[in-house]
Amino acid sequence: MPTARVAELVAELAGERGREATFMEVCGTHTMAIARYGLRQLLPPGLRLVSGPGCPVCVTAIGDLDRVVALGRLPEVTLVTFGDLMRVPASRTTLARERATGADVRVVYSPRDAVELAAAEAERQVVFAGIGFETTAPTVAAAILEAQQRGLTNFSVLSLHKTMPLPLRLLMELGETPIDGFILPGHVSVITGTACYEFLADEFGVGGVVAGFEPDDVLEGLLMLLRQKQPRIEIGYRRAVRPEGNPVARALMERVFAPCDADWRGLGVIPGSGLALRAEYAQFDATARFAIEAGEPDEPKGCACGEVLRGVLDPAACPLFGVRCTPEDPVGACMVSSEGSCAARYRYRDVEEWL
Amino acid sequence: MSSGGDERVLLGHGSGGKLYRDLVRDVFVAAFANPVLERLDDAAALTTSGRIAFTTDSHVVQPLRFAGGDIGRLAVAGTVNDLATAAARPLALSAAFVIEEGFLLRDLRQICASMAAAAAEADVPIVTGDTKVVERGAADGLFITTTGVGEIVVEHELGAGTVRPGDEVLLSGTIGDHALAVLAARGEFKFTADVASDMAPLWGLVSLALEAAGDGVRFLRDPTRGGLTTVLAELAESARLGVEVEEAAIPVSAAVRSVCDLLGYDPLVLANEGKMVLVVAPERAAEVLAAVQSHPLGRQAQRIGAITGDHPGRVVLRTSFGTRRVLDMPVGELLPRIC
Repeated sequence: MPTARVAELVAELAGERGREATFMEVCGTHTMAIARYGLRQLLPPGLRLVSGPGCPVCVTAIGDLDRVVALGRLPEVTLVTFGDLMRVPASRTTLARERATGADVRVVYSPRDAVELAAAEAERQVVFAGIGFETTAPTVAAAILEAQQRGLTNFSVLSLHKTMPLPLRLLMELGETPIDGFILPGHVSVITGTACYEFLADEFGVGGVVAGFEPDDVLEGLLMLLRQKQPRIEIGYRRAVRPEGNPVARALMERVFAPCDADWRGLGVIPGSGLALRAEYAQFDATARFAIEAGEPDEPKGCACGEVLRGVLDPAACPLFGVRCTPEDPVGACMVSSEGSCAARYRYRDVEEWL
Repeated sequence: MSSGGDERVLLGHGSGGKLYRDLVRDVFVAAFANPVLERLDDAAALTTSGRIAFTTDSHVVQPLRFAGGDIGRLAVAGTVNDLATAAARPLALSAAFVIEEGFLLRDLRQICASMAAAAAEADVPIVTGDTKVVERGAADGLFITTTGVGEIVVEHELGAGTVRPGDEVLLSGTIGDHALAVLAARGEFKFTADVASDMAPLWGLVSLALEAAGDGVRFLRDPTRGGLTTVLAELAESARLGVEVEEAAIPVSAAVRSVCDLLGYDPLVLANEGKMVLVVAPERAAEVLAAVQSHPLGRQAQRIGAITGDHPGRVVLRTSFGTRRVLDMPVGELLPRIC
């Protein structure tokens, strides 16, 4: 079906509801796609899309970012990270600034590159800053197993990984924003499958559709949500996601990591929502290997990233948005990460909003 | 000095003594052979008539070689294209080399050969230069700075200030190829990508456009770092006019599109080294487009949009779904050392 026709059907069905609907897209990649293609312009006025806590860098608590910085300052450490983290403000600095003043910080595209680096530079302590959801955690688990197999003693991971379903439960329990349905993350669901989201329909009466990332995929996801007579969890992104997910990747993740409490920006500590290295892999655990002294976290004044991540505040409604907080000079993580909802909104400002 | 093998550049090659003279004669003069350079004077004497354009560029691309060419070709194309944006026929180039001690001489020869080939394509001599050798670790292999002088071939002023509402925006071909070719050569993708840099000296193409329309060509800019988006955003800002472009009209190769989809890059902000944006008076746009398309480097040229009096200072992109979004300059270190 052509995109324009899907958009028309979405508008028709939204109109037939007779009341407003708010759908939350959980994943930062969806947030970016919606902004980039200007999909909001195709939606009828009564249909609202809000962004959820699905940008991994954004939901990382500032205290945890400070620990990453502190590790990078240790003279023996080569800190390895995905590029997205470089410009995110920690309490008093960023990794980009740390690198400019002499810290050894390297950017990679894959955790395996960090293992290669450890093998190549045996005199350095290579620490990978592990940030991400179920999509990333199995690749980090594989990197740890590879390091073990190769007998590397200078590779470790600071695991700040988080898992997706629990914050959605918390959002529903908090009830701050009325959510009528979820556009569920495509990449995460490739790994997790859909069973872990069933509670949304069963306990909270809210449906969800796992959607892909093309404009058509997102619109189709909205159409499927609007067509649901009974709230349920469906897959729109059938070319990539199966109900059972990827058990092999999950087994890999579970072999290396065990659930732990995790601190989420905007949501606080959610028990069992993080992934820590199991005791058997303690030799690869940066928290066991190094004394990390990060000092007291210092949240930027006036930053509303927390409210934005809970879907309570529209990015453009933050008083700092586009004034004191811009991608050039970000105050909060949501404005700098490539998946952040503020960055998406700012970068792809709707014509009407901007002109 | 023997020609090949594992011979390396030594600190002594930068000393100004005998080694230096040998390097200049056997590598640079041999590659760039022309009567002005061969005099080996401290300054080259040139004859011009009329207005000249003058530009300089440092090249620090990493790696030095990638699909589509190397730092040598880049150094010549970059400077010739900067002159072309001023409607200037390249008259002479200089080349200054900062070389890290230990650099392989055969690599230096190869790079000089590709500079010479690119200069021949653009019909411009490299008439003067300089060489410094720094100790190991003080530079990453090789940096090249090229400076160019060109003769401006038109009477009228070009520039953002001359652009008017209704003018048409043309693009000489596909975008994103150069940046992705460099990234691929760095091994940053864990897959093979069929992309090659587009770098090429564009004076031939630009001169055809100028012959076709003369003063109908109002603005020329090569979309290098920051890509097409940055060129259009800067144009809108300095002209205090709006720019409207059609996403569907912007040529992007299938390979570039799929790499961008996989890695989350936006082709509109990726660097190019062989493309030109032309803003042309509406009544001459068809002729200019045909002239550009008649050049081998401009076969895929397209009209991508127009200048408007609406939304001054802003570039608006119409997506293929009929939605509109504002194009804004990219921020920060997007892709370091791409040129």
